Amino acid sequence: MALYKLQINGKTVQTEADPDTPLLWVLRDNLGLVGTKYGCGIAMCGACTVHVNGEATRSCVLPVSSVSSAKITTIEGLSKNGDHPVQQAWDEVDVPQCGYCQAGQIMTAAALLKRNPKPSTEEIDATMSGNICRCGTYHRIREAVKVASAKTK
Amino acid sequence: MTSTRRSFLKIAASAGGGLVLGFNWFDAVAADTLQAGGGLPALVHSSKNAAAAASVEFNSFLSIAPDGLVTILSPNPEIGQGIKTAFPIVVAEELDVDWNRVNVVQSALDNKKFDRQLTGGSGAIKHSWTRLRKAGATARQLLMQAAAQRWSVPVTELTTDKGVVFHKASNRKLPYGELVADAAKLPVPADVPLKDPKSFKLIGGTIKNVDNKNILTGKPLFGIDFYREGMLTGMIQRPAFGYKLKSVDAKAAKAMPGIVDVVTFKNNVAVVGKSTWQVKKAREALKIEWEKDGSTESNADHDRLFTEMLNGGKATVQRKDGDVDAAFKSAAKVVKAEYQCPFLPHSPMEPMNFFAHVKFGPNGPESCELAGPTQTPDMARNETAKLLNIPADKITVELTRMGGGFGRRLKADYVVEAAELSSLVKAPVKLIWTREDDMTGGSYRPAVRYRFEAALDAQGNLIGYKLRGASINAGNSTRQDNFPSGAVPNLLIDSVDHKSPITTGAWRAPITNFLAFAEQSFIDEVATAAGKDPVQFRLDLLDKAKASPTGAIKYDIDRMIAVIKLAAEKAGWGQKKGADGKAVAQGFSVYFSHNSYVAQVGEVVMQKGKPVLQKIYAAADCGIIINQSGARQQVMGGIVDGIGHAMYGNMTFKDGVPQQANFNDYRLIRMNEVPAVEVHFVDNGIEPTGLGEPALPPTGAAVSNAYFKATGQRLRNQPFINQDGFKGVS
Ligand code: FES
Ligand code: FES
Repeated sequence: MALYKLQINGKTVQTEADPDTPLLWVLRDNLGLVGTKYGCGIAMCGACTVHVNGEATRSCVLPVSSVSSAKITTIEGLSKNGDHPVQQAWDEVDVPQCGYCQAGQIMTAAALLKRNPKPSTEEIDATMSGNICRCGTYHRIREAVKVASAKTK
Repeated sequence: MTSTRRSFLKIAASAGGGLVLGFNWFDAVAADTLQAGGGLPALVHSSKNAAAAASVEFNSFLSIAPDGLVTILSPNPEIGQGIKTAFPIVVAEELDVDWNRVNVVQSALDNKKFDRQLTGGSGAIKHSWTRLRKAGATARQLLMQAAAQRWSVPVTELTTDKGVVFHKASNRKLPYGELVADAAKLPVPADVPLKDPKSFKLIGGTIKNVDNKNILTGKPLFGIDFYREGMLTGMIQRPAFGYKLKSVDAKAAKAMPGIVDVVTFKNNVAVVGKSTWQVKKAREALKIEWEKDGSTESNADHDRLFTEMLNGGKATVQRKDGDVDAAFKSAAKVVKAEYQCPFLPHSPMEPMNFFAHVKFGPNGPESCELAGPTQTPDMARNETAKLLNIPADKITVELTRMGGGFGRRLKADYVVEAAELSSLVKAPVKLIWTREDDMTGGSYRPAVRYRFEAALDAQGNLIGYKLRGASINAGNSTRQDNFPSGAVPNLLIDSVDHKSPITTGAWRAPITNFLAFAEQSFIDEVATAAGKDPVQFRLDLLDKAKASPTGAIKYDIDRMIAVIKLAAEKAGWGQKKGADGKAVAQGFSVYFSHNSYVAQVGEVVMQKGKPVLQKIYAAADCGIIINQSGARQQVMGGIVDGIGHAMYGNMTFKDGVPQQANFNDYRLIRMNEVPAVEVHFVDNGIEPTGLGEPALPPTGAAVSNAYFKATGQRLRNQPFINQDGFKGVS
């Protein structure tokens, strides 16, 4: 066990964990930030996507010891009132079915739009294809990314 | 139902002098949930983080607070099918309230208030439609009576809208909230009028998922998010199929940090500890020896078994009409084909998990608290009661939102495991299955091979039809009273099943998820052999079933004809040309399952010599649409699911050991692989039926038939990507 000081959602938090513990489980088990989901644990599904210094990152394969002072944003910290353009678009388009994959989808989409505010359909598909939705909400995800893109000036 | 409501209302009224305290489930979670060290957040069950107010409970489904906030309990497990949104819409419609003033709360298992708290078979809407309407209408009637008394006017002169009672003649109005206390004192009417569907305001509209805000901000909603002070995490190592536990050396695992205990039960070895990662690592450190226990099976065994079952004589006859042998002897043409599908895991994005806390008295287990994702809370409770040998009413079951299920959570194995683990370590435990556990842990769609034979006369009429289903742990793999039964004078449908140690279970649209593909592809083969248009061929058969039916059937002929015509019309069947002026290759499919009807047209175009699946048109008939957004979502999701599994899904076994364990070797469909989907509904005003499953079965054949049209190659085995010569469709 080691003590880690992490920068999460704009706050400094301290927590104890084994160095190889993936950030995902530190968020979920230690910090109660359960919005970030476990789906595969091997970087194949995207359910665990968070932002590390603004980049969409798979937290299930990111050891807490490698995070150091990076700025981490989880779904809980994407916006203060749940009104990030991507979250708004997701609601407007009514994307979720079961909803389990959606935090990861949103974090992936938000990072994409930050990097490329006006992505083409192909660019949306290329980026979002890393995230599995077992319920098959892909059409609405694609539409919601476009709606969010229109909101992003 | 009326009498229980009456007595319930009386109890409620007397307990609180006309008011009862509202539900205590408004777990308000602060917008900022970062709570390092202690006090982790509780699960959210409510659609609004509303403050609890003193409410009057009108019946099992609804209560109204003096400030007018309506709380509607949603009894059925929410798995992504949208029931937590659809049920309350129906109640709110008849109650006639403003949807924005409705707070939806997930109910725990409660046999006294609700029946059929179950998610399966797309059956909830059909079962509850009238119950839900009556619940809303009864409360509305009581509120109007209370207003009528207060104003001394006949109740017939009153109207309602958006939670307000109006007396237009005297220009008076009162919001529901101000009437609830009086309404609670009135006797519950036995019979109340229901709305004319033409006057529906909410039903048939577009209403968003009530949990959107909680989902999109990452609130604790799912079973895997459940947290309880002092709770331990558990994981189990289970044997492969046909193996048992020989020995276990847990010394290293037990010594690892955070590990509380390692216990063995029923061929399982369980590790219990403080955090998920520590438990997972310790489980990897277990030294376990397994030994064979009976037979173990591989895919090669199943291939051999399929052939034996199809050629052997010992099938169970499911349906026999006319004289099949004579029909085939007199046939001008005989068409024969075999279709095969593999085992599939369910792969819900949230793996199996459950929380259990068994509490002990001096003589052993006394009660148990359960919480988590289950499609069958009642069964989970009963099986747990049996395990612990305590009465079922000593067990509570809290229902969490489910990250999908697709039939997997119809089994209670993982719930009982959690209870057993909690009772062994005498602590509250959240059992978690990893993805690998989930994929290899034993509940698959059965593998099946079908053999179809069709006899055509000289005019291309279908005069004889034979189907044999050979399956591994599927029971009867046919649906003998579905189409084309009723339309063929000479018909024989039988089935053979092999009992395997590989455990199977219901998988979204059980049996029909593959049977529909096989049958609708074969019908296309027969139409082609008869030289007829595949849509016209089906319509002719249905006309025949109507004019001179053979035997009993389960489907409604007119409803099936209507979806066929709607899909064909919307897709421009047979007339559509591509940008190059050439006809677009279209494939047709239609299926009746779970009381609903869905027809689909698939379109494949050739691009640079490669077939590309560009679009699926769907026409669905599930009667009245409750929520346009939810209904469309279910059809689109079912189609994406149907394409993905037909194309890629494949679970294989070697000596009883599953050969795929995670999404690196088991492929699920992704965004770049889905075609455009266009959904249409038949508007017929018939009482609604479910949509969680019916859109999936016809999809495989809409794809395979279009692919045939484009390439001349038949796709008879799933997954398509493994078929020889498959050129891809994207
Ligand atoms: S859980 Fe991290 S990618 Fe699947
Ligand atoms: S909404 Fe269920 S997995 Fe995406």
